[in-house]
Amino acid sequence: MRRGAVIVAIAALALGLLAFVPWIADGYQLSLAIGILNYAVLATAWTLFSGPTRYVSLATVAFFGIGAYTVAVLGEVLAWPVVLLIALGTGSVVALVVGFATLRLSGVYFVIFTFGLAELIRQVVTWFEVNVTRTLGRYVFVDISQEQIYWQLLGLTALVFGAGYAIRRSRLGLALRVIGDDEVVARHLGIGTTAAKVALFTFSAGFMTLCGAIMAPRWTYIDPAIAFNPVVSFQVLIMALLGGAHRLYGPLLGVIPLTLLFEFLLARFPNHFSILIGLAFMAIVYAIPRGITGLVEQASARLRRGAAP
Amino acid sequence: MILLEATLAGLVLGGMYALVALGLNLQYGVARIMNLAYGEGVIVAAFAAWWLYTAGGINPIFGLALILPAAFAVNWLIYRLALTPLVRRAKLREQLEVDSILATFGLLFVVQGLMLVAFGGAYYSYGFLSVPVVIADVTIAANRLLALGFALVLGLALYLALTRTRIGTAVRAVAVDPVAAGLVAIDVRQVAAASFALGGALVAAGGVLVSMFLTFNANIGVVFTMKALIVVIMGGVGNLLGCLVAGLILGLTETFVATWVDPGLTLAATYAIFLAILLVRPQGLFGRAAR
Repeated sequence: MRRGAVIVAIAALALGLLAFVPWIADGYQLSLAIGILNYAVLATAWTLFSGPTRYVSLATVAFFGIGAYTVAVLGEVLAWPVVLLIALGTGSVVALVVGFATLRLSGVYFVIFTFGLAELIRQVVTWFEVNVTRTLGRYVFVDISQEQIYWQLLGLTALVFGAGYAIRRSRLGLALRVIGDDEVVARHLGIGTTAAKVALFTFSAGFMTLCGAIMAPRWTYIDPAIAFNPVVSFQVLIMALLGGAHRLYGPLLGVIPLTLLFEFLLARFPNHFSILIGLAFMAIVYAIPRGITGLVEQASARLRRGAAP
Repeated sequence: MILLEATLAGLVLGGMYALVALGLNLQYGVARIMNLAYGEGVIVAAFAAWWLYTAGGINPIFGLALILPAAFAVNWLIYRLALTPLVRRAKLREQLEVDSILATFGLLFVVQGLMLVAFGGAYYSYGFLSVPVVIADVTIAANRLLALGFALVLGLALYLALTRTRIGTAVRAVAVDPVAAGLVAIDVRQVAAASFALGGALVAAGGVLVSMFLTFNANIGVVFTMKALIVVIMGGVGNLLGCLVAGLILGLTETFVATWVDPGLTLAATYAIFLAILLVRPQGLFGRAAR
């Protein structure tokens, strides 16, 4: 119990300090900080579901894009909180449908479904825009500054971590860990496996959608190809795996170095970017399958064994 | 009239999907590798055929004779060098599934990136045998008929090889139970590597045939992967006949939707079928129920 209080206190302190960043940072640093927070939210939200259940979701950008596109369509018409709520609702409904269709079955169906989901939504939105509204591509005129985006993302980060912490301690979190270890055992224990998985998937997707909505005003122009860019899903996956998906704070350890690395790579080698991140990802899968946190835990376990012979 | 034309075009497209999905069925059903970079093979082979035709004047049918062995060799190397470590590491089948999904997802971006650097994002095509042929009042390009013919020949050859030869029987045994196959002196690793490579050769064949009548660019590999996955699931993993039927259903549906509804909604139609299969018969049209 005391350890929990210490963690909460440290997190609150870090959050309080981070809130001052917009006053010290220049424009470039602030945009870098926004990038890091963006991926911190996405990768942690990804881990909320995929960490305990070990169901690899490849659809991060589908939800991110739903959020961003909702802002592009409704941003000028409605008040900001209402827009965020509508985005959240849309993302959650899509997640529920996907969840109920695929999460009753084994993990591979889910992976396949999420693999094409972003492309499907992109094509449907494109079709709708071309044929019904006849405007492909929209300008986002919302009166929200970079600083406000930063603070909103910081708040969302706090929410994601808070939610993750609470879930881990709840019956739902325990149920999901049992499912991740052995789904048959989980069913025999009387856990409603489908309901638990769908609930958490929807929850995780909700955070991704909100993140996309908050990030949307950063682009002044959005079209479906920008909003549903598959590289985003891929980057989130790399970051979460590098950090280690079995710990709540794991993804953060992957997000910070990789956001900086990708920023550098994108500036230096824009044409070879996808080759480089593909290779980086394969290296991670082969060399450190349990991520940085896994490495650290392994090393400390070995030290402890060495100390007590 | 339009109905007949659309049906014929749908059968050609469906034949391609079935051929491409047959290869994925081998890779997933026998080698247990869920290969998300699979569709990139279509694009690489299509570009190879395009290059041979435009630069070397070699027609795609002879190109097939060059590209198929090359694709077999490349895929065998990929399995031996990149995927064998994962096979060794995985204790459970689920673990291999997750690892292979992740590794081939990385591979997808590498291959796609290489294609983009080499060819850019533009659409490519070439005119080979694009002469109209009239069958029962319906006009169709000769290259499409040729592609369908080759797909049928390749599919039939694979079916006979798997059901009538000793090696084919070994492959099917590994698909059913790798451990038991090892007990009856089948070299499971060799069979898995060969099946993976054969799958790669089939997808390359699909790529060459598709390149004769469709435009392609460096980005569309993902769509082929998606469709091949859906066909495999719809037909039932490890079921060749199911693969053929599911491929034809998908090709016909897409062509009908493109003809009468809107070409922009073909992927949505594909997904609708996928969703229906997941809800009603997740084991596939002809698959046996398994948990």
